[in-house]
Amino acid sequence: MPSIKRTKFRLTNDQLLEILYWLKLIRAFDERLSVLVRQGKVRSGVYTGLGQEAIVVGTCYGLRREDYICPLHRDLGTFLMKGVEPGVMMAQMFAKATGLSKGRDSALHSGVPELGIFGNTSMLGSNLPVAAGIGLTFRMEQVDHVVIAYFGEGASNTGDFHEALNFAGVQRLPIVFICENNLYAYSVPFEKSMAIEDVAVRAQSYGFDGVAINGNDVLAVYQATQGAIRRARTGEGPTLLECKTYRWHGHSEHDKAFYRTDEELAMWRSRDPIPTFTTYLQHMNVLEPARLEEIDARINTTIDEAVTFAENSPEPEPTDAITDLYA
Amino acid sequence: MTKEITYLEAIREALQEEMRRDPKVFVLGEDVGPYGGAFGVTQGFVEEFGERRCLDTPISESAIIGISVGASLRGYRPVAEMQFGDFISCAFDQIVNQAATLRYRYGGRASVPIVVRAPCGGRVSGGLYHSQNTEAWFIHRPGLKVVAPSTPYDAKGLLKAAIRDDNPVIYMEHKYLYRRARGPVPQDDEEIVEIGVAATRREGDDITLLTYAAMVQPALEAADELAKEGVEVDVIDLRSLLPFDKAAIFRSVEKTGRVLIAHEDVKTLGIGAELSAVIVEERFDWLDAPVVRLTYPDTHCPFAPALENFNLPDAGKIAAALRRLAAY
Repeated sequence: MPSIKRTKFRLTNDQLLEILYWLKLIRAFDERLSVLVRQGKVRSGVYTGLGQEAIVVGTCYGLRREDYICPLHRDLGTFLMKGVEPGVMMAQMFAKATGLSKGRDSALHSGVPELGIFGNTSMLGSNLPVAAGIGLTFRMEQVDHVVIAYFGEGASNTGDFHEALNFAGVQRLPIVFICENNLYAYSVPFEKSMAIEDVAVRAQSYGFDGVAINGNDVLAVYQATQGAIRRARTGEGPTLLECKTYRWHGHSEHDKAFYRTDEELAMWRSRDPIPTFTTYLQHMNVLEPARLEEIDARINTTIDEAVTFAENSPEPEPTDAITDLYA
Repeated sequence: MTKEITYLEAIREALQEEMRRDPKVFVLGEDVGPYGGAFGVTQGFVEEFGERRCLDTPISESAIIGISVGASLRGYRPVAEMQFGDFISCAFDQIVNQAATLRYRYGGRASVPIVVRAPCGGRVSGGLYHSQNTEAWFIHRPGLKVVAPSTPYDAKGLLKAAIRDDNPVIYMEHKYLYRRARGPVPQDDEEIVEIGVAATRREGDDITLLTYAAMVQPALEAADELAKEGVEVDVIDLRSLLPFDKAAIFRSVEKTGRVLIAHEDVKTLGIGAELSAVIVEERFDWLDAPVVRLTYPDTHCPFAPALENFNLPDAGKIAAALRRLAAY
């Protein structure tokens, strides 16, 4: 496996704090959703990314509006970072009329073209050929925008994964493929679904670099992504970044995840990306206690307002069940 | 004199004219590049439009459709070629789950203006995987449109309409007609064939014959036979299968009271089943006889001509069915 190409980056103190804000906001959003599911206020379709926030933040931070993201089902945070209002995302999860899909689907199956967001179906990996199509248009127009395309290690066993990465390699498309390897495809552990150690090696088959990185280290993810984005913007083609991580909750909020041990979960919780980064910022004298309280308060307000917006939003018009089928 | 060209040339003309008219239109698929396509539809395209607008892809049907969806989200109008319509099964998920649902799940904020060209149909000794008629798979999926032209005129006019349509359109082009059907085509750039509108190919008051694609010609031959026997058949070429032209069908049924549906697809849950159900539901009182279907039997598409001919509806079989219906 090729070593990580070190990319120099410089983030100001404010930017570092912004990264902390996003990590904590996305964590708080998912935690609130988990509670709302238990309260019966959000009925289904909740696939939290708790524990995986560093990947979302490290890959989305600093993207242009014109850059496109093609997230996977746990990446609600990417929608927020790309500009969807938290209230709209909450309304989407509440299946309200003000959600992105007007109540037609509660999960991340919607998108916003003008913000560069493509929301996939439930068929995992089927976002990757779409990402290739978007990347192809960037190359046709000779613009230097990029596509960030996400998938789990489980989806890397689908035909769409291989068809898309092969095409992206042949055409040298400006795409950064982000594998969120959280070790389980629903209940099936990594070693039962592939006979390799790292998904990253699959990139070699398609003629571009793949590297495995610590997906719980937001700066490591940011650094690797920035390197891959730079290559993509300058016509050097795609890169696969495999971010090693772990999901704290089950596949969905209804999954008790009996297929894994408490010890394993505890070990990964000790690698929580947020305290790690918080400690780093404190150590670097970037984060004062008052600032941390301020961030937490701002996040609480944002989430509360999002929930209020969603709860006060109207139910969809029943007849919208049969509209928007055709343009 | 009006220029007459083949069905295949009509498809090529439609693509060329739309690509010249709109820089957002491009074609992609297997062997469509310098080779010019397995059937030669895109011959000369690389020379005129360059490889970027006539893009050879790997053997990756699912990706071909996924790429088309992605490009369409950025304002392009891709025309994806499935080398054989049979191979469309490899792209099934991208068509039915990705393309067909996108506008709905996006709350109407986006559309998917793609065309999937599917060379389909038998009587070409293509065997199991080069002869299928797969329209029913897609008629069953809201969010898609499905068209199936029978003449060069419609082949060109419907393809232009499909490319300009903002929805995913499955364009079923019949291989048997490629070089056998010849006729005039639209000349004016704005002359298209509207999706959802049937064409009456022959007027008659006794029996309605609903058909499309390569069954239209044998249907007309059978109708001529019946005319000699004093039975006048109203032959309706559906052209569009989703949506189909209910108004035209009902006008004819109200006139004749007898309906034969002929299609090359297999019988069970083929479009004939839907047409029959709609007619019985909404025009029962006008009927003088049961709605009859003449279709491919529920079997696969065999290679040997003796086997394939046994399965395929033809003028003789259609005439026989018309006679039985007239005598009911």
